[in-house]
This record gives sequence, structure tokens and C-alpha cells, in this order.
Amino acid sequence: MDIFSVALPALNEAFALILTPQAIGYLVGGVLLGLSVGVFPGLGGIAGLSLVLPFIYGMDPIAGLSLMVGLVAVIPTSDTFASVLLGIPGSSASQATVLDGFPLSKNGQAARALAAAFVSSLFGGLLGALILTFFILIARPLVLAFGIPELLLLTILGFSMVGVLAGRSLLKGLIAVGLGMTVGAIGEAPAQGSSRLDFGSWYLQDGFSLVVVGLGIFAIPEIISLLRQNRAISKDAKLGAGWLDGLKDWWANKWLSFRCAVIGVLVGVIPGLGGSVVDWIAYGHSVQTTKDRSKFGKGEIRGIIGPESSNNAKEGGGLVPTLLFGIPGSGSMAVFIGGMILIGYEAGPQMIRNDLPVTYTVVWSLALANVVGAGLCIFLSPAIARLTTIRFPLLVPFLFMVIAFAAFQSKQTLWDVAALVLIGLLGIFMKRFDWSRPAFLIGFVLADQAEVYTYQAAQIASVKQRTGGWEAVTSYLFSTVGMVLIAVIIISIWLGARQSDALHKDEPLDVSGSKKAPVIFTLVVSGILLTAFIDAMLVDVYIDKVFPAAVSGLAFLGSVALLVQMRRFPESNPMFMDHEYHGEDAKAPAGLWRSLAWFISLLVLTGFFGFVIALAIFFVVFLRMRESLPWKNIIVMTVAGLGFLIFLAGVLNRDFPPGLLQHYFELPWPLSGR
Amino acid sequence: MSFITKLIRAGVIAIFTLTASFSAFAANFSGKTIEWVIPFKEGGGSDKWARFYAPLLAEALPGKPTVVVKNMPGAGSTKGANWFASRAKADGMTIFGSSGSTQFPFLLGDRRVKYDYADWNVVLASATGGVAYLPADLAKRWNSNPQDVIDNVNFIYGSQGATRLDLVPLLAWEMLGMKVEPVFGIKGRGDGRLMFERGEANIDYQTSSAFLSKVTPLVEEGKAVPIMTWGALDDNGNIVRDPTFPDVPSFKEVYIKVMGKEPSGPAWDAWKAFFVAGFPAQKMVFLPKGASQDMIDTYSNAFKAVTERPDFAQISKARLGVYPQATGNQAKAKMVQGTVVEDSATNWIKNWLKDRYGVKL
Repeated sequence: MDIFSVALPALNEAFALILTPQAIGYLVGGVLLGLSVGVFPGLGGIAGLSLVLPFIYGMDPIAGLSLMVGLVAVIPTSDTFASVLLGIPGSSASQATVLDGFPLSKNGQAARALAAAFVSSLFGGLLGALILTFFILIARPLVLAFGIPELLLLTILGFSMVGVLAGRSLLKGLIAVGLGMTVGAIGEAPAQGSSRLDFGSWYLQDGFSLVVVGLGIFAIPEIISLLRQNRAISKDAKLGAGWLDGLKDWWANKWLSFRCAVIGVLVGVIPGLGGSVVDWIAYGHSVQTTKDRSKFGKGEIRGIIGPESSNNAKEGGGLVPTLLFGIPGSGSMAVFIGGMILIGYEAGPQMIRNDLPVTYTVVWSLALANVVGAGLCIFLSPAIARLTTIRFPLLVPFLFMVIAFAAFQSKQTLWDVAALVLIGLLGIFMKRFDWSRPAFLIGFVLADQAEVYTYQAAQIASVKQRTGGWEAVTSYLFSTVGMVLIAVIIISIWLGARQSDALHKDEPLDVSGSKKAPVIFTLVVSGILLTAFIDAMLVDVYIDKVFPAAVSGLAFLGSVALLVQMRRFPESNPMFMDHEYHGEDAKAPAGLWRSLAWFISLLVLTGFFGFVIALAIFFVVFLRMRESLPWKNIIVMTVAGLGFLIFLAGVLNRDFPPGLLQHYFELPWPLSGR
Repeated sequence: MSFITKLIRAGVIAIFTLTASFSAFAANFSGKTIEWVIPFKEGGGSDKWARFYAPLLAEALPGKPTVVVKNMPGAGSTKGANWFASRAKADGMTIFGSSGSTQFPFLLGDRRVKYDYADWNVVLASATGGVAYLPADLAKRWNSNPQDVIDNVNFIYGSQGATRLDLVPLLAWEMLGMKVEPVFGIKGRGDGRLMFERGEANIDYQTSSAFLSKVTPLVEEGKAVPIMTWGALDDNGNIVRDPTFPDVPSFKEVYIKVMGKEPSGPAWDAWKAFFVAGFPAQKMVFLPKGASQDMIDTYSNAFKAVTERPDFAQISKARLGVYPQATGNQAKAKMVQGTVVEDSATNWIKNWLKDRYGVKL
């Protein structure tokens, strides 16, 4: 076959380049660096790559490539630690992993969950490289077959996963999606730049970043809840199942892992979608293909294996648009392209034709880095999993430090931390009243694509109609690829609808016996949606107005319908779920507001003194007043925490949020801020 | 004491006194870290441009400091520019990279702009160009009779928004009478090129470096044909053929061919003003307000040294194209051309944006 005769000699050459002590040395160096940066939520590949870029210039090309690839490859691997152990999604690649990974940690099965996640990552990465080796030669026409209508259909496929993630009440799930899309539409409109729902604030002009929303929706509610319960993450502060069980779990589900890896490569290959949906599609697929679905969301190992198999495979797939078209699939890929130019390779169509061995070097370095990185992580996971046996409040100052710093990376202002608190509040109440947080997040992530692709497809179709009549429109909108996608969407919705009841049948009904609290929250949501609708109607430019008006308007109607239902149905209906009255939060010794106040106090202190001084005060006060630790321990913990953060920020050339103090006085770094 | 030890010691002392006396005359950045603020995200055109220059600049500055690129994106690049205007210290440790997308809001009087180019000190001005291209079949018709294409073809163009750099091509095509429907909302020119490759768009433009690396392969395959460039500025401020694409006519030449007369009038004046801000003076490096003349000279000389490296033409060609990289007074002249625009031109553009695209500024 032709492909083989082209691929094999180049592959041979590539392996000769990779398998030298020097290249492997740099690769392992990159992996170690990537792991250390990646564990820290919100930093990710861009920070790591920016760190090595100054040294790349003038380096031996293969050494430089190995270093960068090693670094990029392991970011979606190492952020698994934070998402499984602490419930903190470090990047978009690990959001779906939180759903079942964190509950497993709470059940004392952190080591098992981590091992299953890492071996899935490893497998996904390897399979991705294998597929890519041959696929990259023929990928160009396939990628070009995905026009705007097909991208829109893929976006809809992402939305169809809401069916299995909506929770008990489909209506509430749909409103949550609409709310997520409304929040996603905040800021400068993608078409003509009208300001939407920003109330004149420059912070909101760029909308909320995914990191802030992900942390607010998932991490804050979990951290606050655990702080209130005053216990270790693992319920009985023990580690049950070990890492060997995780490997067995993966083997038992190897076909799921295989399918999700294929999904990861395919979605990664298509430019314009980014990696943001792939783990949700993989998660949805895992739910849809599982017989007993009652454990999802409560610690189902398949809920980890699916998304983790896909997200490393996606990195491989993402090389296709990056290398073939010069269009980076993510921020870190964009920096990666920049780094490649520094050593003399320009990504683009000529890359495959002229530099096929180099292309393969990238692909297989990625695979090798996955093996090294995931192997190392499996090796480390039993030790790191012990984190879940520590009494949680002792971790809290560190976690607050980490998530505040992570949020601050998005726009480097204190408002990032304020936004985190605000979204965190929404997350806390959504959790309490059983509104689907994944549905909200899917809406948020897909809002921009849904808006842009919809009107672009409509606009192009209308031009086609003028020049070629309706025939041209149908052949544009309903291509062969499009018809296949429509079929997949229908199957996905059908599977989702068939199962949504089965998903929740064993859940206890936490109804309070009172309608008041759930109704108030629904009213607040309706208020937000109505405000968004009014704001959208005030936008001048038509194409900037349609989408937010339609989405917030429909979601508002949905919330009105929910309120009507709430009037009609008795208090025992699942729509009145309130986890404050039953479940683990109800028995928590500490109150919600008091626990949240700790985080807000960190925000306020930062507003006055800047982040570093505020953290020092917070560490001491929290550990002394709330935990009554001896002074010696307090000092050790404070110095360790701050020292680590300052070291990291220093190496990565990052700043800290400034406060009023920095506004009036010049202070030396690290006390200064932007 | 052995001879070698003596020699080393003498050498160390000599170097020490040399560097000490040198630093008495000019700034010495030895061991320092200079931050180059780019008001855009990682991976964009300005980011790549700065990351290309950063290591070269580091080598050319006295004391060979580390130059790091610091991305400060937000509010269409006005956030980073506002920060630089209000907070950056004039000690030479912070420099700013501006781009056409920072200059356009300034020229259009965007309410978010709180910076003034007149305050800053320019030390480098990088020019670039832009090339418009068509699919082969349309290009064939265009080359035999442009009027036929202008009258009979409905164009679709993937655009980032009418108030951005896309203003230049959109206005140029409109002045020729072409029927171009911009499809808004793409994230970068790369997406526009992809729409063209998929056949959804049938006209596109790329800046020079992107055209060289990404479109040239399509031209070789016979899938795309360049039809016009935006041109380049000569030393007297006249628009001439783009030196990177000597075989492709400039928009001005195309206009003369199609309309049978030299372009003139308010539309042309406005187009020219925004073309200069968007292309010949697209990317500039600034020191903050109040920087000492010494510091300005140090940076100007460093950039001059970079652009005069014997290998500069070779290493910069693929990334910057063959364009003037102006330093010193030339850079200053470019800066004025690109940031000082007659009110009449600005007002014409604002009215055009409002009438044509419903955008109120």
C-alpha cells in the first residue's frame, strides 16, 4: 500500500532520531517539568512552555522538540491528580474526570482511581500515536470535509450529552445549559464586538475564563463542603483499593478505553472544536454504554476510564490541525508552534511533505512521553493518594492558595478571585438544589461555538441560496458527513433519554419538606436570565443580539415553567431536592456561610495587602483559630506553602494579585503585584 | 602563584574594569530580566513576532539580559496597553509591543483606550503586508476581465470583525465595487484560510508571513492565486508594489486598472490612513513615557544591531517577510504615519462602519 511505503522509511528515520540518549534525556526532562507544572491547576502547558522557550532558540532541533513535546504531552496526565484527589479540575481536559474521580477518592479508592486514569491515559496516548502515524498522511481531505455545518453538528452532539448529565429533572438540566450558555455569552460578541451583559465593567468584556468557571462550579462547592464536614477526603481516612485494582479495572474495560481513545483522536483532529468537548463526549459515551448506570457520579470507574482515554489521544489528534494546517488546537499548541519556529520548523502543509520524519518524531515523542509520564504517575500515585487521608481542614489553606492563584492566571487581576467566589456561590447552590453542574459547564464551554457556527452556517447558506437556489443550500447543510453526524446525534439523544431515569433510581430523595429554599433559588436563576434577556435586547447589532436573546429568553421561559410546576407539585417531588436537609452536608458540624467566609476573607485581605501578605495572615489565622495547631506547626506550614508558591511563581515569571497597599507603595517582588 | 592563575586573575580584573567602565556610559542589563509586554494571547501574530525578536534583542543589549515575553491579553489588547501607559516604570526593564489591533481602537476613539502613542518612545517599527487571493477558477476570470468578476460573483469572506484589521480588505474590495459578504466571528486569519480551503469562502487575505508559509503550498498545488497586495510604503510615504511579492499588483494598481483613474477622495484617504496603521506600521516596540534618552538610544541601537546581523535576512524572511524593520528616526516617522490620522478620515470610517455594518463606535 502506498501509505506504508511513504510512512515506514520516515518512521524508521524518526525512531533513529528519537532513540538517542540525548533526545530521550531531553524528553524525560520535559516530562518531569511538565508533570511539576501540570499538577498545579490553571497553569498548564502554556506556562511550562513559556518557561523553556527562551532556551529553545539555538538548541539542537531534535533536542528542542523532545523537550517541548515531553512537556506538552504530560499536562493532561498530571492534572488528573488535582481532579481525582481534590475535585479541582486543573484544565478543560480533566473536568469530566472530576465527576467520578473525586467520589472515588471520597470512598477511599484514590489510588485505584488514579491508576485506572493513568493507564487509560497511557493507552490513549499510544493508540492515538499509532492511528495518527497513518492517518496524518490522508487526514487533509477528511479535515476539510468538516465545514461549518458539520462543526455545528458536532457542537450539537456535545449538547446531546446533557441528556445523561441533566440530573433528575430534565427541565432543570435544560435551564442549567441555558444559564451556562448565557454566562458564556457575556462580554464582547464574537461577530461585531458589541458589549453584552458586562455592565460597563472591563473585566466582563472578555467574559469569564473556563478556568475560573470550572474551579467555581466544581472545586469551590467540594472544598467548602469538605471543610464543613471537618474530615479527610477519604471517608474513613483510609486507602481501600490499591493501584493494582485500577489496572485490573482498566483491563476489564479495555474496549471502552479503545473506543474513547478513537473518539479522542477523531475529535482532536478537527480544528475549531478544541479539546473542550471531547471529554464530555467520552463521558457521555461511557454512561450510554454501561448497563448498570446507577453508580455514575458516585464513583464509577468507567466514568474515569472513558474521559482519560480520550484526552491524551486528543493531544495526538490535535497535532493534525497544528502541523498540517498551522492552526493550533489550544493555547499550548500555539506556543508549541512558536517554539518550533525557533528551531527552524514552520508548521503548515509543507511539514508533512518535506519534513515527514520530523513530523513522526513529534508524534512518537508524544507517545513516548505519555508512557514515561503515565508510568511515573502510576508509580507515584499510591504515595500521593495518601493526601486523601489527611484531615481536610489542614489542606484548606493550601487549596485556597492554589485555586486563588490558578484563577488569577486567567486575567491577572484580583477580580479573577472575586469572580471565582461569585461562580463558586452559584456552584454551591446548584449542588445544594440538585441542578446539574456538568450541564451548566457544557453550556458555558459550547456557547461561543454554538453562536458562531449557527450564524456563519446561516449566512453562508443564504448566500448559496441567492446564487445556487435551495439545492445548493441543502447540499451545503446536509453533506454526507453531516448526515452521519445527525444519525449519531439522534442515537445519542435516544440512548440518553432511555437511560436518564435509570441513572438516578437508587438516589435517596433529599426533599426538605419545604418549598421555600428551592423556589428562591429558582427565582434567582430566573432573575439572572431575565436580566440577560433584557440586556441582549438592548444590543444594537442584530447578529450580536440574536444568540444571547434566544438562549436567555428560552431558558427564562423554562424557569417560568419550572416555577409553575413547583406550585403544582407537592413538596415530595424530586424537583425540591435540597441537600442541606439530608445527605452529608446536613450533618456537617460547620455552617455554609462560616466556611465560605474563610475564602472570602482571603479575597478581602488580598484586596488590602496583596496576595502574598494576605496568604501569610490567612495561613496563620486559619490554622491557629480554626484548627488550634501549635505555633511550630503553623510556622512550618506557612513557610512551606508560601515558599513553594513564591518559588513556582518566580521560576515561571508570574505575578501575584496586588492590593491597596501595592497601589500606594512600591514593594519588592514577591510582595509587589501588577 | 603559577603563570596560568596569574593570567586568569589578570583577565578577570581586565574584564571587570572593562564592563565597569562600559556601564558607566550606557545602561548595563547584566543579570537583569526585561519584560516585553504583549497585549495578546500566546500564539498570536504579535506573540510570535515578539518571541522571534526576544532572544536576538537579549543578545544585542549590553550585559546580555534575559528578555521574557509577558502576555497580558484582554479587551482587544487595550487592557495591556492601558496597563503599560499607567503602570510601567521608565527604567528600561519593561517594554511594550503594539500592533495594528492596538492602533485601530486608538484611531477610532474606542472608549476603552486610555493610552496615547504620543507619550511613548518608539524603538522599532516592523512593517508587514497583506495579500488577497482567489480560487484558481475565479482568478482566471479575474485576470482576463476583473469587471466580469466584480459584477457577477458573490464573494464570501471569513472575517474577524469590521473594526479590526479586516477593515482594510473590506473597504478596498468595496471601493472596487466587489460584492463581498463577510462571515464574521472567526478567531484568527488561520480560520479564514481554512474556510477558503474548504470552499466555504471564495476570497481571503493573509498577512505576508502567513501567506508565504501557509498559502504558497496552495498556490503551488493550483488551488489559490494571489490577485492583489495592499502595497508597501516607500520612503516618501507613497504606496508602491510590495517588495515581498513583486509580481502581484497592489490594490492601487488594480483600482487604476478597473476604474480607469487614480484613487482619490475621502474613502481613499481613509483607506490609506488605516492601511498605514495596519500594515507598514503594524508592529512597534515602545519604551514608556519618561524613559531617558540614554535608555531609548540603548534600545534603538540594540534593535539596529539585530536588524543588521549578517544572518538577519535569512532568519527573518520566513517569519517577518522582506519588510523594513525601522529603528531610530525612521521608526519615529513610521509611528507618526501609523498613529496620527486626520479627523476627517476617522470620521469617514466611523460613518462607513455604522452605515455598512451597524457598528456604533
